Amino acid sequence: MNKKTGWGIWASMLALCGLLLTAACNKKENTEQSSNTMSQPAATAPAATPIDPATAATVNGTVKFDGTAAKPSKIDMSQDPACKGANEAENVVVDGGDLANVFVYVKDGLGSRTFDVPAAPVVLDQSGCKYHPHVLGVMAGQTVQIKNDDQTTHNIHPTPKDNREWNESQPPSSPAIEKNFAREEIMLPVKCNQHPWMKMYINVVKNPFYAVTDKSGKYEIKGLPPGDYTIAFVQEKLGEQDQKVTVGPKETKTVDQSFKAGGE
Amino acid sequence: MFTACAAFVVITAGALVTSNDAGLSVPDWPTSFGYLVKVPHFVGGVRYEWSHRMVAGTLVTLTLAIAMWTLLVERRRWMRWLAVGAFCTVIVQAILGGLTVLLFQPPAVSTAHATVAQTFFCIAVAIALFTGRKWVEEQPRVEFDSRRPSLVTLTLLSIFVLYVQLVLGGMFRHHGMSWWPHVVNAVIVAFVLAWTAIRAISVYSQIEAVRRPAIVMISLLITQLCLGFTAFLTRVAWGRDAAQPELPMVASTVAHVAVGALLLATTVVLAIQVWRHVPVAFEERVPEAQQDASAA
Repeated sequence: MNKKTGWGIWASMLALCGLLLTAACNKKENTEQSSNTMSQPAATAPAATPIDPATAATVNGTVKFDGTAAKPSKIDMSQDPACKGANEAENVVVDGGDLANVFVYVKDGLGSRTFDVPAAPVVLDQSGCKYHPHVLGVMAGQTVQIKNDDQTTHNIHPTPKDNREWNESQPPSSPAIEKNFAREEIMLPVKCNQHPWMKMYINVVKNPFYAVTDKSGKYEIKGLPPGDYTIAFVQEKLGEQDQKVTVGPKETKTVDQSFKAGGE
Repeated sequence: MFTACAAFVVITAGALVTSNDAGLSVPDWPTSFGYLVKVPHFVGGVRYEWSHRMVAGTLVTLTLAIAMWTLLVERRRWMRWLAVGAFCTVIVQAILGGLTVLLFQPPAVSTAHATVAQTFFCIAVAIALFTGRKWVEEQPRVEFDSRRPSLVTLTLLSIFVLYVQLVLGGMFRHHGMSWWPHVVNAVIVAFVLAWTAIRAISVYSQIEAVRRPAIVMISLLITQLCLGFTAFLTRVAWGRDAAQPELPMVASTVAHVAVGALLLATTVVLAIQVWRHVPVAFEERVPEAQQDASAA
């Protein structure tokens, strides 16, 4: 009996270790990175494939929210007197059924085409202790210029899966921070650990055919070469939906999309 | 005792940092915004992280003082080693704290930081116990334990399951794991600790040094289970879509961590007292062949 109890105890200890291991394997996201190349722009990018402007097509449309959106959560900014402004969370912004902050991009159909990385930076502004814009698109290797217009210190902390993670402090009136992301990554979260409500998403893509829906849910992607494409619509809480579209030379095609309330 | 209290304050401050997602609000280490002790603009997450660093720094100083004092005046050799061990533990803990900042809070490192913190707290509590007047002066009342599993085994098993629980909770808090392993193991923890406490209280109630920590342990266990349930409701069930850490989720989680630390330390105290007052009966250690021979 004594021996049995002893074996039982050891068996339970082993079972607990097993539980620990099983749970460790269940880890939600893999944060492993090879950090050598991630923040560096592509060193020897091939020459961009030319697009004939005379045949370039346009895809536009409206993204709708189907159902009743939950009331936006209130933000409490009282822990920093320098933070003043709109105090509602922006995770699902719906106005009259139109869904804002949806990242729309050409996910597939461009084949082996390459594109020049724009020299002009994309600006991310911190104002009223919120990020402007809340959802940003940028090409891989393109500079993101981060400004602080607040009279308080922020820290900018992207938490990517496929790019290099970094965390920098930015006091008031300090020069803009300039960074880039080397790898394609959709909905890369950026947060401020000093003001925990401050969250935004950067979308890093390899082509210039992307847009973010405005307050009226509208978007427009110009300059597409004629062809068959998969257009992806990505929302931070509602996930991704794809649509196939074919555009001919100089054609303007409307591709609307709707997200259902149950997807929240 | 003062150092043990300081360690408890540091653990609570650390829990506030994690619960407010403020661990990376000060991006550099060992300096804070380039300075060792200069007070920064005291707003937002900086309040929690900077305070945690300062209290932790004080704790390192206190531990160094205790280690040096022990080396100078303590005659028990094992106590001198324990004090040196405490100092080494607090240094490892500080390095883990630095790594968690510099490596952007990898779940394994952050969990190790949380686990070593409670290990240090237990060592500090043990030092307070060993240097207390009662421990030094009393003639311990000893009752041999012939039951199986022995109470010593049960207390050691309790410490083991609590450590597993600590690791699982830390991994969940630092986004390295889902919540369910922590909840599943809570059932095991409740069973093992209840078994240990009931055995200690029912069989050795006449030994105050065993009865008292056993009663405290079972009370803390019940409190901890309630706090765990509250933390689950506020953080996992209701707070999933919260725009920021809200007061109910912060309060319940910090209390859960703090009571968890007290529970582990109490279990360690119980194990020490059981080892002292209720040792395993000597005859049980005699090989069976010899027992048979003597019986014949």
